This record gives sequence, C-alpha cells and structure tokens, in this order.
Amino acid sequence: MTTLNKKSKTGRYIAILCLLLVYVLAYLMDNVLPATSFTLMLVPVLKKGAIYSLLCVSMNLLNGFTGLFSLGQAGFMLIGGYTYAALTIPAAQHDAVYQYFDGGAIKFSIPEILSGFLGNSLGTILGVIITLIIAGLFAAIFAALIGFPVLRLKSDYLAIATLGFAEIIRAFFQWEGLGVITNGSNLLRKYTSFADIELTIGGTTIELGTLFLFVIVTLCIAVIVLLINSSYGRALKSIRDDEVAAEAMGINLFKHKMISFIISSFFAGVGGALLAMFQTTIQASAFKSAMTYEILLMVVIGGIGSVSGSCIASFLYIACSEWWLRFLDSGSLFGLVNVPFFRDGFRKVVFSVVIMIIVLFFSKGIMGDKEISFKGIGGLINRIKNKKKKAVTAAANAGSEEGEAK
Amino acid sequence: MSEPILKIRDLKVNYGGIEAVKGISLDVPQGEIVTLIGANGAGKSSTLRAISGLVKPSSGTIEFEGENITAKNPTDIVTRGITLVPEGRKIFPDLTVKENLRVGAYLRKDDITDDINWVYDLFPRLKERSWQAGGTLSGGEQQMLAVGRALMSRPKVIMMDEPSLGLAPLVVRGIFDIIKEINKQGMTILLIEQNANMALKTAHLGYVMETGRITLSGPGKELLSNESVKAAYLGT
Repeated sequence: MTTLNKKSKTGRYIAILCLLLVYVLAYLMDNVLPATSFTLMLVPVLKKGAIYSLLCVSMNLLNGFTGLFSLGQAGFMLIGGYTYAALTIPAAQHDAVYQYFDGGAIKFSIPEILSGFLGNSLGTILGVIITLIIAGLFAAIFAALIGFPVLRLKSDYLAIATLGFAEIIRAFFQWEGLGVITNGSNLLRKYTSFADIELTIGGTTIELGTLFLFVIVTLCIAVIVLLINSSYGRALKSIRDDEVAAEAMGINLFKHKMISFIISSFFAGVGGALLAMFQTTIQASAFKSAMTYEILLMVVIGGIGSVSGSCIASFLYIACSEWWLRFLDSGSLFGLVNVPFFRDGFRKVVFSVVIMIIVLFFSKGIMGDKEISFKGIGGLINRIKNKKKKAVTAAANAGSEEGEAK
Repeated sequence: MSEPILKIRDLKVNYGGIEAVKGISLDVPQGEIVTLIGANGAGKSSTLRAISGLVKPSSGTIEFEGENITAKNPTDIVTRGITLVPEGRKIFPDLTVKENLRVGAYLRKDDITDDINWVYDLFPRLKERSWQAGGTLSGGEQQMLAVGRALMSRPKVIMMDEPSLGLAPLVVRGIFDIIKEINKQGMTILLIEQNANMALKTAHLGYVMETGRITLSGPGKELLSNESVKAAYLGT
C-alpha cells in the first residue's frame, strides 16, 4: 500500500509541475516570445489546439464514455459562441455591430458592467469567466430540452436526430427575426477576445490571453476527468458496455444519459465560446456539420474513450491542418523545388489519405482507451530507481559474498 | 409454511401482441432455492424480466415482502432487494473486475469494502484478476463475476437467468456449488435453468414451465423422479 501511495504522490507532483510549466510557457508566449514567422504560426496553433482539446474531450464524454453516438456538437458550440459574443460586445459598439437591427436588443456587456466595480482588467477577466459559464449553461439548457425526445433513440437514430438539431440551430440563428440578438446572417464582432485579457500594474501591461485560455481549458478537462473517474463515470461506462446489465444493476438509463448529455453540451458551449474568442468574429454559417465531423475525427484518431488521446489528437490535427501540411498547397517543396501538383487543395488530399491510413491500420486510435497517467510515469521512474537500488544492493551483496568466500 | 418473500399471481407478459407469459403464479419462500425449468421460449426469462422491472407485465401482481412491486422501475426493485443476474452473463467488458463489482453496488451509499472482500472470498479467482478487464475473463470467470456483481447490491433475493449457459460441465458444477453456498448464507435464490437435472437436484422447490404456463410444481427431488419431467427434460 505504501508503495502505491508513494507512486501516486510522485505522479501528482509531476502532474502539477507539468501544468505549471504549461502555464509559464503560455505566459511567456504572450509577453516574451518575439513575433517571428515561426511563433506567429505556433501560438495560434497551440491556442486552437487547446480549444479543440476541450471540444474533443466533451464529445468523448458522450461518444466514448457513455456510448451515445451524438453529432450535435456544432449546434451546442454555436449556442455557446453566440451567447458569449452577444453578452460581451461593449455598449459603445452595439450600433456598429447591429447596424441593420437598430443596435440590437441587448444593450449591456457583462465585462463592462463588472469593470465598473472592479477596474478594467479584473472586471474584464471576471466578466469573461461569468459569460463563459452562462454560455455553457445556455447550451446545457438546450441539451436538456432536446434530450427528452432524442435520448430515447439509439445509435444511428440518435446521431441523425442530433445532427438535425445542430442544422436547425444553425438555420435558426441566421433567421432575421432573431436579428436583434444574433445579427441575422451577419457576423458578430468586437466582443471581448483573448487580446483584451490583460493586467495593468503600475503602467506596465501584462498580456494574459493565452494563459487564461489554458487555465480555463485545463480546468474544464479536469472537471470532466473527475466526473469520469467518479462512481457516476463508472455508471456511464457500464451503460456504454451493456445497457441491459446496467439497468439490471439498478442504474437509471435515461437519467444518466441525460446527465452525460447535459454536461457534454455544457462544455461544448464553453468550447464554442472560447472558439469565438479565438476567432474574434463569429458567424453561424461556419458551424456546419463538417465541424462536428472534424471533432469526431480527432476523437477517433486519439482513441475513443481516452481523454489524453483526444488532447494529443486535437493538437496534432490542428497543427497538421493549419501549419505542417500547408506547404502542400504552396506550389513548391520548401520554396526550393517546384512541384506541379502541390497546389491549392492538395493538402486536403494528403490529409484524407493520412486519415484513411489511421482508420484502416490504427482503428483504435493513438491511445486506444488507455490514458497517459502521471501515476504510470511516476511508477516508471520509481521502478527505474528501484532497479538501480537493487543493482547497487546486488553488487554490495556480491561483494560481501566474495569477502566471505575469501 | 410462512408467507413467501416473493409472491407472483396470474402474471402475464406481452411482447407486441405475443403473449410470452400467460398468467403464472408462483411462490418463492424465504431462504430457499426455487428453480423454474422449461424449454426455450417457455417464458422463463420474461418472467424474471418482469419481476426485475425490465419489462412491464400486462396484468397480474408481483408482491415482495408483502408489498406490491408490479411495474416498478428497475432502480426501485434493486433498492428493495431483488437483483437479476442477466442471461448470457452480460458483464461490462471494458471495466475491470473490481469496477464491475463496484457498479453492482452503485445504488448503495454505505461502505462496500467488506462486501468486495466477501465476494473475493466466495470467488478467489476474481481476486486474482481484480485489475483485469472483465472481457478478458473466461466464460466461467465471467459468470462468477456476474454473480458477484449482483451480490454487491446485497439483495434479499437473487435471480439467475441460466447461469450454466455455455459452460463446461465441471465449471457448471462449480457454479452450482456457489449457489448452494450463497443460499446457506441465507440468500433466497430464484433460478432459471435448461439444465434441469442440476437445477432440480439443487433446488428446494421447482416449477416446470411450458409455453407461458406452469404445468407442474413441487419439491425439487420429487420433480426429478416425475415421469413426464424425466421424459421431457432429463432425457431418460
């Protein structure tokens, strides 16, 4: 038992250290890192990767851990993103943003109101956090409403129903009648983005946007992981494994599916809001079903039922699609050799082939349903230590034996 | 005879117009092993599913400890103390053995460490494999796990749907030894079997079911020597 505790303790220290390291790096990215062509690619890719990590993990909670094949992710992201954007546009900008709708119906901005009490920087940060939660809650409320009819369906039927819901939401948000809030089919802009999150102390301004994003994402994922490892999580996994047996054990199927659906949608809403912050503009027409498929793809590549797999896959996917495979569209190899078929769209061809290879040969994804556990890494370090110790004691024993022999 | 712990009167179960159980009545006395034998499609499983709340009976009553529990939901019925070991084991393949057991105790809010140890004492094999995924166990071990998982809810009545299905004769004997052992510790057992010989030897009380009706009942040993039972189910 003691060795077990020791192992998990080592693991916990490593986890906290890694997290702090990530936060420090995020801080450095905003304030120290010089803007070269390399970092101008790296930072946005990391930011978007982090946002997609959250989106993937929230989808994995539903598809991988509860076994509900739902394709409504883009719809819930849209609700979250629009809720966030509509509530954070500064009052002075309303006339400019809602130019066709007489300045819109919402005449306030939550970060602005809080800035009035707490000062500019703190008010903005707190306001954004509160609005993110409201965005998540809105998505969760919608999930609860459609969950009643939809969660009684199984497998493919559930996928079709949720996909339909997402499409309806997209059309609904582009409807002129809602224009005073959603700005119709025009985009929403000028709301609080990551660039606005900063701290001013004695005349010097520290940018905190990236750090803020990473803190929010890690917190959200931590909540999901805690849920998965709780007895609720076990119940969800048992529903995934065998519904009949789970029901025979007294687990209320509908209630637990509902909980999973609502929580997943909450974080999809938060993720959508973060995406809106990242993009600085948001338009309903961008939240197509292709977006859901993209996230589903990341979940599959990472491994259905693996949180760490989802995170790794989303960073890799975003890096490939936005950065590493860009040269395939550029017309030349490293700007040196002219390759005729390296033209616009070729990247997508290569990408599709890569995905096919993954699906065919690594159908369980990068991680399968395993996790990178710091406990495991801690255990590994301990084992290496023990081996060394053993080797030392063995050598000492051998030495003393030799002495006795003499 | 004292009042039975589980009393079923005129139970009927329909599946979309097809009557699987056509009005059966049976008693399960406290602390005994009761078996329900019969051929495929006789309605045995449907009866158990109706008792555990997985399907709603179309008419009839189910009484447990003197209370009417007809058409209650499974959560309520497990909480009251009736747990089903489903047909074909249906363990959770991706959860570890220990997690399987913990899901079995999902509705309990008290400490379950003692019960896990109790199940491990009954099935030492499960203890050896406690960190293994349920799906990697052999058929017999999976059946042990299914029984252990059901025991984790601390039921008063445990219902088993064909525990011998697809298992080697030696393993079947092991399972029946366990059934007797659990019964000795005071648990009431309602057992469904196609392996009539084994079931009737073990049970205190037996019911024979044919196409949705109970055609014979009596002490297990008596049914074992009944000519028509012999001809139909024992093959002698």
